[in-house]
Amino acid sequence: MPRPIDLMTSWLRAQLAPDAWSWLATQRERLEGGSASGREFNLAVSLVPRRLGKADLVLDGAALAEADRARPGWDPRGWSVDQAGRLVLLLAGGGTGRVFAERLRQLLVTADIAETIAFHRGLPLYPDPELVEPRAREGVRSAMQPVFEAVAHRNPYPAEYFVEDAWNQMVVKALFIGSTLAPIQGLDRRANQALARMLCDYARERRAAGRPVSPELWRCVGPHANDAALEDLAVALDSADPAERDAAAAALATCDRPRARALLERTMAR
Amino acid sequence: MYIDTHTHMISRTTDDYEAMAAAGVVACIEPAFWLGQPRTNVGSYIDYLSTIVGWERFRAGQFGLRHYCTIGLNSKEANDEELAEAVMEILPRFALKEGVVAIGEIGYDEQTALEDRYFRQQLDLAKQLEMPVMIHTPHRDKKRGTTRSMDVVEEHGLDPSWVVVDHNNEETVREVLDRGFWAGFSIYPGTKMGNERMMEIVRRYGPERIIVDSACDWGVSDPLAVPKTAELMRRGGISEEAIRTVTYGNALAAYGRGGQMKEADWLDPPPIDQRTLYMGNSVLRGGQEPRIRPARRRDGDLHIE
Repeated sequence: MPRPIDLMTSWLRAQLAPDAWSWLATQRERLEGGSASGREFNLAVSLVPRRLGKADLVLDGAALAEADRARPGWDPRGWSVDQAGRLVLLLAGGGTGRVFAERLRQLLVTADIAETIAFHRGLPLYPDPELVEPRAREGVRSAMQPVFEAVAHRNPYPAEYFVEDAWNQMVVKALFIGSTLAPIQGLDRRANQALARMLCDYARERRAAGRPVSPELWRCVGPHANDAALEDLAVALDSADPAERDAAAAALATCDRPRARALLERTMAR
Repeated sequence: MYIDTHTHMISRTTDDYEAMAAAGVVACIEPAFWLGQPRTNVGSYIDYLSTIVGWERFRAGQFGLRHYCTIGLNSKEANDEELAEAVMEILPRFALKEGVVAIGEIGYDEQTALEDRYFRQQLDLAKQLEMPVMIHTPHRDKKRGTTRSMDVVEEHGLDPSWVVVDHNNEETVREVLDRGFWAGFSIYPGTKMGNERMMEIVRRYGPERIIVDSACDWGVSDPLAVPKTAELMRRGGISEEAIRTVTYGNALAAYGRGGQMKEADWLDPPPIDQRTLYMGNSVLRGGQEPRIRPARRRDGDLHIE
């Protein structure tokens, strides 16, 4: 089974011009050899986009399947060659355990936005992933939506390592900043009662302000709906927005309480 | 379409960004400088540099402006030796970040020995990393300070065509141009240049190697100084080509040398916003001229939704 670093290296080899590829291969070898200083490591990581460019990483279905086999949940769709290149060098020269976690922390202290996004997308690939959880939490605290989404979207890390409070904050924040829930991995598996309550509170706050609610919200409410939540879903069923009506119906279908059934039947009858 | 090469946008509001975008400013450069309040430790310097390579770049993108920056230890804080030593240690970690177009703004304030030491060290860093340099010329003893800055640049073997000498006036411009440097002019009310004077300089010296900027910051200054000056020059009969050269073309030529600022960044941005952080101006795609919208009046509408 190839390791993620080897998969990324082979994808880059297939896509990069020979001189760019040879620069990367040399850097990887030097960093794996352990002879590079901290300054050289930092410079190499900084230089990646200047040497490799920022083109989209071209991946076919077979490559995506390989990625998922090498690291379940790893989804490199939408990555660029500089992001993959930076992660190759970080994995090559970063060490393991606390050494790696500290190195990642240091890199993020002086990272530009592109680096910050790359390092957060790499979260599922790191050795001893539980040690880098504080970095993931910082990522979802970011006010920069692309940084938030680097952790939250197409990334198996949060569902695997975030405690419930952190998970719930991430989901509610996704809605709050106008992002989307669908690309969050493990959304249904990690749904919980506290999250359902927070989302219903949020929906009421939005309605009170005369602002729209994302239909995606109801997906996390259905399986854990209490009496109050069912009444919120009843209101959503009567929404003027067809997408919200559909979302409310889909959410009610995941709830096995009698009131949910009754609401659904009422809708069907219309 | 304008580039403002000297803006301290961390001190400006979203209204300013909207007004700049509406007036046709497509890109701005934020030179690292002091904050008005001196920093007391390297940590706050790191956070400042992170802000201008990160958060401010993102913020500008939300309004359709491309944001670049320069990295450097400014001359005022060069006089705090303990801080300066620590900042010099971390500067190389920032100099190669995305969107860093030059080492700057560096140079002299009081022209002390410490200012001289760190100015020279940073010129060597720029040379080593093959980056342009933005020079801040001093407010006091300006003419001598400007001459001395250029002497030191030449002494360190940098090519003047990679170096912008900023905050010029009528007394300094001749020598700066004669020695082959780029000459920046900051249209800043009261202290630096006024734009009627600017127009006379363009008339007298022509547009070659002259760059007009605003130097807008936390003082009484104007983030629309570049488009306003362009309009004034237009009304004053300066040719459209000359206006474009001093408010756009020269800026791109000088600060684009390091490869971090390209016209395609705003004329033809790549389509994936998640990576490019650029929420503005889809009408720019495909190399068109931007559409200039009328600026939103600040007092016209009382409703906030």
